[in-house]
Amino acid sequence: MSSTTTYKGKTYTFNHGVHPEEFKTLSSHCEVQRMPFVDEYTLPLGQHIGAPSKALVNKGDKVKRGQKIADAGGFVSVALHSPVDGTVSDIGIFDNPNGQVLPAIKIKTDPYSTQRVEDLPIDIENLDTKEFISAVQDAGIVGLGGAAFPTHVKFAIPEGKKCKYIMLNGCECEPFLTADHRVMVESPEEIIDGIIILNKYLNAEKAYIGIEANKPDAIEALKKVAATSSFPIEVMALQVKYPQGAEKMMITAILGEEVPSGKLPLDLGVLVGNVGTFKALAEYFRKGKPLVERVVTVTGTAIKNPANVLVPIGTPMRDVIELCGGITDDAARILLGGPMMGAVQKSLDVPVVKGTSGILILTNNEVRDLEEYNCIRCGKCVDACPIFLNPSMMGMLAKKGLWDEMLEYNVMDCFECASCSFVCPSAIPLVQSFRVAKGFLREKAAREKETN
Amino acid sequence: MDLSNKLSVSTAPFLKDKNTTPKIMMTVVYTLIPIVMISIYYFGLAALLVTITSVFSCMFTEWLFNNKQKDRFKSLKDGSGLITGLLLALTLPPGFPLWMVFIGGFVAIGMGKAMWGGLGQNIFNPALLGRAFLQAAFPTAITTWSPADGRYFGIRGTNFATPFFQGENIDAVSGATPLSKMKFDHVATDSFELLMGTTGGSLGETCALLLILAGAYLLIKKIINWRIPVSIILTVSLFSGIFYMINPEIYPSPIFMLLSGGMLLGTVYMATDLVTSPLTPKGTWIFGIGIGVLIVLIRIWGGLPEGVMYAILLMNAGTPLLNRFTKIRTYGHKKSN
Repeated sequence: MSSTTTYKGKTYTFNHGVHPEEFKTLSSHCEVQRMPFVDEYTLPLGQHIGAPSKALVNKGDKVKRGQKIADAGGFVSVALHSPVDGTVSDIGIFDNPNGQVLPAIKIKTDPYSTQRVEDLPIDIENLDTKEFISAVQDAGIVGLGGAAFPTHVKFAIPEGKKCKYIMLNGCECEPFLTADHRVMVESPEEIIDGIIILNKYLNAEKAYIGIEANKPDAIEALKKVAATSSFPIEVMALQVKYPQGAEKMMITAILGEEVPSGKLPLDLGVLVGNVGTFKALAEYFRKGKPLVERVVTVTGTAIKNPANVLVPIGTPMRDVIELCGGITDDAARILLGGPMMGAVQKSLDVPVVKGTSGILILTNNEVRDLEEYNCIRCGKCVDACPIFLNPSMMGMLAKKGLWDEMLEYNVMDCFECASCSFVCPSAIPLVQSFRVAKGFLREKAAREKETN
Repeated sequence: MDLSNKLSVSTAPFLKDKNTTPKIMMTVVYTLIPIVMISIYYFGLAALLVTITSVFSCMFTEWLFNNKQKDRFKSLKDGSGLITGLLLALTLPPGFPLWMVFIGGFVAIGMGKAMWGGLGQNIFNPALLGRAFLQAAFPTAITTWSPADGRYFGIRGTNFATPFFQGENIDAVSGATPLSKMKFDHVATDSFELLMGTTGGSLGETCALLLILAGAYLLIKKIINWRIPVSIILTVSLFSGIFYMINPEIYPSPIFMLLSGGMLLGTVYMATDLVTSPLTPKGTWIFGIGIGVLIVLIRIWGGLPEGVMYAILLMNAGTPLLNRFTKIRTYGHKKSN
């Protein structure tokens, strides 16, 4: 595999981390192409973190492209919009990419519609902060990096706290994925515009854009546009290392400070958002376009034509894969997201949701089922863990089910980047067992809270 | 597109580093091969016989104790038994009776590894444990050194001694090692001789140059933790350097300390044993410094000329404690708890 070109200037980073093979060149040169409209869309009501949205439409209702079809179900929740002109064909429970079956709205596309939507800019000059925040919620905007956390919640700065730095995450440290890369290369103006819009309400001191050095064209493109802004925006080249794009790791790389355990970046005066999220922000306020589509990298060694595709939310994965030439015969795993943290899929019928950054199809060459050996305490996981945990020790405790002892080793601080499992020469399912431990400990804490 | 029987479900991560435990073990084995070869060059076929017996004994014991395993050969394939066999051989004198070698291998794997639960579970370095047992059981045989005299086909008669019989001492030429010369006669051996290995000693304790090269290779490959050799070598140099400065007539020079006996073999291959050394950076520093101090103490004041083995075994015993008390500070936490 040819290596990507790298940025030559100074780069920043955090301690520890791992270097998986990048596989970015499969799709990093592919311009974003638009996904044609398909017959039917499935829109899960709970595709973001927080309370599910509340449906506003009934079966048989006619809907317009960009029309709100579900309202936010609480403060930590966002609205949902129709990606097409069409008819609500069903409201029920359907397969969701996270493996659950969840309530969703199905919309049948109107085959005779032009699917054109007029630009309808929003007058930001007359919005106060509160109105701005509810507008972002109403636009259905969530973090497009993969977690799908409602963006307006981050924008609602609590009393007594101040956002000093707006930080844009353009690291895209997961191997294979190139969606953010293409967005940065193709729409740098909109990303910077998103920062300017947000800063009207935050009055931050400075904005940073963190980009891994394997995307020199993105760094150049954003530097050029950032130079024209009167608000100070600095583009920071970061070392190519996984998990550079984890919020905490990027903050440490750029500011040299650690986010205290159990605290938010805002406690350091930092607000972090994905570059794509800022583009979505600009699109909503300048054109009135809510979040009805996103850029998805369709890639992997088992897909015929890797591509970056602008996919309407709710498009079945099957159609996106077909657009890219289909799957080769040696496919072994289908994932939504990157290979380090993505979720494996058992069916092609799940829809692309707001948090889908990539559709990744791997062969057995990458997904090697290795034989597990005993821990030889080589300490490779200790040197890999970006938050300095001791995965080796926690793995041994997990094997014995000693969850409470794992708590002493700060297992709850683990954000499941999987670096430990990646490096383990004995192929011990470390992060996998920490997920189990965390779930168990969370449940236990909830039970204890109830009884007290 | 029917994929239902082709796709399987598992959890992230889906990429895996190419390094595997058998690969790590085999790399160590490859670095040991030149050291075994040079010992055969210096000590003749006797060295080869000791090595073969030791490796066979270790592998056989491993297989024997795997009787409850699904795959009795799985642990043989990971290469760790092979390493123990080679290392044990390298700590023995060339004329060592082969039946004792066999017992040493059995104890090394049986008591040093299998008893604890196999690979990764043991507290003490298996090869050193086997060697310690042999030292306790056969103190005379293990301190009978034949000099490296280039008698290539001159198989030493003592190799074929039979158990429980006081064999005739056919090969009575028993040379002193540089360390015993130092200890009892205060005669230092030339550094160049130590580097090249043309001195008496165990199979792998003689050619310092090869051991340094092997250590460097393992460090570059990041198989051994650099903190351990660095801390041992620094501690030994500093600590013995102080005594050398006080009285160079009685006390050995730091260079002699570093190049003689099992110092380098122990530093490169045994102290750095992944399984029996601590996991945390702070723990490894304490571990290395402890070994260094103990080596100098035993060599200068102990009853034995050599102290590397006991120094490492003693610090092995402290490893679980070091792991417990030198916790790493987690990101975003003020102190390690």
